[in-house]
Amino acid sequence: MLNPWMFVGLFLIVGLLIPVAAIVLSALLAPRKPNPIKLSTYECGMETVGDSWVQFKAQYYVFALVFLIFDVETVFLFPWALALNALPFFAVVEGIVFILILIAGLSFAWRKGMLEWV
Amino acid sequence: MTQLDFYTLLPVMTLTIWACVLLLVDLFILSERRGLTAILAVVGLLVTMGVSISQMGREATGFNQMIVLDGFSNFLNLLLLLTGLLGIAVAYGYNRRMGIERGEYYPIMLFSLAGMMLMAQASHLIMIFIALELLSIPLYVLAAFAYPRPESEEAGLKYFLLGSFSSGFVLYGIAMTFGATGSLAIPGIVAAIADGTANTSLLLIGAALILVGFGFKVAAAPFHMWTPDVYQGAPTSVTAFMAAGAKAAGFAALLRVFVVAFPTLSDQLTPIISVLAALTMILGNVIAIAQTDIKRMLAYSSIAQAGYMLMAFVAYGNPAVQAVSVASALFYMVAYTITSFGAWGVVIALEKAEGKGLAISDYAGMGKKYPFLAACMTVFMLSLTGLPPTLGLIGKLYLFRAAVEGGFITLAVIGVVTSLLSAFYYLRVVVNMYMKTGDPEVARETWLDFTIGATALLTVVLSVVPAGLFAWASQALFIALK
Repeated sequence: MLNPWMFVGLFLIVGLLIPVAAIVLSALLAPRKPNPIKLSTYECGMETVGDSWVQFKAQYYVFALVFLIFDVETVFLFPWALALNALPFFAVVEGIVFILILIAGLSFAWRKGMLEWV
Repeated sequence: MTQLDFYTLLPVMTLTIWACVLLLVDLFILSERRGLTAILAVVGLLVTMGVSISQMGREATGFNQMIVLDGFSNFLNLLLLLTGLLGIAVAYGYNRRMGIERGEYYPIMLFSLAGMMLMAQASHLIMIFIALELLSIPLYVLAAFAYPRPESEEAGLKYFLLGSFSSGFVLYGIAMTFGATGSLAIPGIVAAIADGTANTSLLLIGAALILVGFGFKVAAAPFHMWTPDVYQGAPTSVTAFMAAGAKAAGFAALLRVFVVAFPTLSDQLTPIISVLAALTMILGNVIAIAQTDIKRMLAYSSIAQAGYMLMAFVAYGNPAVQAVSVASALFYMVAYTITSFGAWGVVIALEKAEGKGLAISDYAGMGKKYPFLAACMTVFMLSLTGLPPTLGLIGKLYLFRAAVEGGFITLAVIGVVTSLLSAFYYLRVVVNMYMKTGDPEVARETWLDFTIGATALLTVVLSVVPAGLFAWASQALFIALK
């Protein structure tokens, strides 16, 4: 037990055993009284009407992509803006270049008509 | 950051800025004048080429040794820029003819090229990974560029899934290498190995994983599964660009990482690489025989060519033959780029909408109806086989010589035998063109014809006077090796 990695190994074994024990115990102890309603796939929600293989309009993925521009931008720009006074000149320019590249992406999407809902 | 930092990266930066601006400029170009975007992209490539030529013979490191500028990177940058120019030349008419002429094509291609060039200059494993992604992601998009066509979408998705999978291998290998040596920069790795602080077994796992990841990119067997499907489904202009560019960039990174950082592992890795090379040559050439579709045939042929290039790579740890191996690999890359672009160019000329005109039997009667194109195609097929009077022969001569000097005679024999085998399917195209009757229909486009003619001419002329090119390739050394 002197090897510190032993704990990791023990942890792995115990971690695997606990869920296995839970599943085995419930399989042993649980009463089994099946009926058709219990065995049906959907246990909650509305019953489906018609075919469930329908086509969705996936236009929102473009919005998700454009959102990503702003999302990531904020993460990087907050610290940059807060430390603006203390940063060397190069880092300030770097931030501006970053913003310019993102603006290029946004204006590309804008001009392509991606920001309009059709 | 100093001016020297920017100077080392100047070609990549020029190209990236140009691509960003081009993407925006393209928005204001009328759709009936899309050709303008292609012309502007060519101007950008020529400017970058000028920058690269002005850097010839210079050596520098920048960004804390993350980026290097040396003979090797300069040679590859120029080769990759040539790939870009040829790629635009074959795409110009093809995209219009196939109705996939969208302005984004050219900026995306420039982004991918910037990634390839960064790959040639990167001397830090994270930089190599960024370059790998920058080169791959635009290629995934380009593979799916013929958008409503299901084959093209399938190719894009397949390439994306398998490509991301292989990127995972590279990343895991990088992590292992970092764990073994405590450094991500190639000079740091070399130093850690030299003081003996590196953990050898972990380093070996890392190197092997990196080899697997790049094996995917350069389409070496047994990691070649994606190649035929992607090459067949992608628009042919993209396939031509991908076959030459991605392969050159993948080998560039492999050569730099292995020759500079992992020469001490050569005892363990050389047998693995030689088996990979042999397997790639045999598999590519044998399966190509069974193909009836010219795009699939050329895809398997490109796998086989990757095997020949791997052969130069086998002796990488032997300092006596290292320089000549790297030089012959670079020379073969040039030969392959020129020849394969020519061959794909002819395929593009014959291709019709809906993927028609791609069977090898569609080439019947070319010799009579289009003597110029048929003659050029014959030159390319001879060059891919490795018969005189073509560049392919000279490239293979150098490769086989490097393998024999490194003591890998069995491998050289396998190379020669598989080359003989490959004559069967390459010459079948020639036989179809000259000895069978048919009535092929070809699209005549100025730039396409020019590309085919120019590459055919280069293939023949450079084979007569290869010494200059080989001397240049021999001077393309790694900065750390000097």
